[in-house]
Amino acid sequence: MTLDAQNFALRRRDIVPELLKGRGDMLVVAGLGSTAWDITAAGDHDLSFPLWGAMGGSVSIGIGLAIAQPKRRVLVITGDGEMLMGMGSLATAARLNLQNLTVCVLDNEHYAETGMQTTHTSTGTNLSTIASGCGFQNSVAVSSQNELADVLPRLREGPGMQFASIKVRTEKLGFSLPPKDGVYLKTRFRKAILGDAAVLSS
Amino acid sequence: MEWWQEIYKAIKDANVRQVAYVPDAGHAKLIQACVDDDEITTISLTTEEEGIAVLSGAWLGGDRGVLLMQSSGVGNCVNMFSLAKTCQFPMALFITMRGQWKEFNPWQLPMGSTTEPTLELAGFSVNTAEDPNDVADFAAATLHHAFVGGEMSALLLHQKLTPVKTFGK
Repeated sequence: MTLDAQNFALRRRDIVPELLKGRGDMLVVAGLGSTAWDITAAGDHDLSFPLWGAMGGSVSIGIGLAIAQPKRRVLVITGDGEMLMGMGSLATAARLNLQNLTVCVLDNEHYAETGMQTTHTSTGTNLSTIASGCGFQNSVAVSSQNELADVLPRLREGPGMQFASIKVRTEKLGFSLPPKDGVYLKTRFRKAILGDAAVLSS
Repeated sequence: MEWWQEIYKAIKDANVRQVAYVPDAGHAKLIQACVDDDEITTISLTTEEEGIAVLSGAWLGGDRGVLLMQSSGVGNCVNMFSLAKTCQFPMALFITMRGQWKEFNPWQLPMGSTTEPTLELAGFSVNTAEDPNDVADFAAATLHHAFVGGEMSALLLHQKLTPVKTFGK
């Protein structure tokens, strides 16, 4: 199958700015690869934690963060390949029923970073059904602008735990690289939440 | 106190708020004590590598977390350890050993025999408690290494400390 045969209407670089617009005190974790570039293209931010590795770990990072910061919305934005590697973490999150967690998968049905090989979502694996089956009470599949507009407020603000898998066009886009120094990413994030306490000895 | 109570006390003294775990018979009482503690959020994992990422997220948000697991789970974590190493996230792992001593199940031997070097290769400082009287000090030191020293720290709990599993034989 050529990339052109894949013709989803929505485009990731349009969606992510919508998710992050006026983000306020929202905490954002992005899975490695395209979604890390997407949140950076929308504007690097102290309260963004873009991953350069740890494939399969984005939702789990969001879990620890959501427990630690229950008054803030935690938005995990990741791709279908990264989500497939950590599907168990959806069950872990659902079991905790974290009221401030949103998981948003931008599903282009391909591993974009490694040569556009197809993922399991291209052959029938349905991530929103999986999330629902794990216990996410709010889990939607989105593939049109109208559906996206309908669900955006809930993804950004809740209420409750939210999951969306958004079908996006398979396209090669320019890199928009975030800082890759993990210690810097960690420290700026903690300092933005905790202030000087983040870096003073305990 | 039993050795698991020493770990519980150390966790409380260190102000740990999140306890992630994959169940193990050796950790059963400690897990239950944490589940029953209103000041602790327990996170039941589907695989241990989730725990490394959960502890990282906890620290990002200002919480201290620990991971309770058995030695077989160390192998599940290997790539996720790179998250902790690259970002210097504090890690405190309490690991009950299998495949180490009077092991009934030979399938536990490969991971049991490589648990310590695997952790060391990944960047952990590793201690082993064999005597129940040493657990309190080792547990406190493990937490200190993590949350004061910013290290990746693991305490191996020798199989002598846990009941011998015989599968009814």
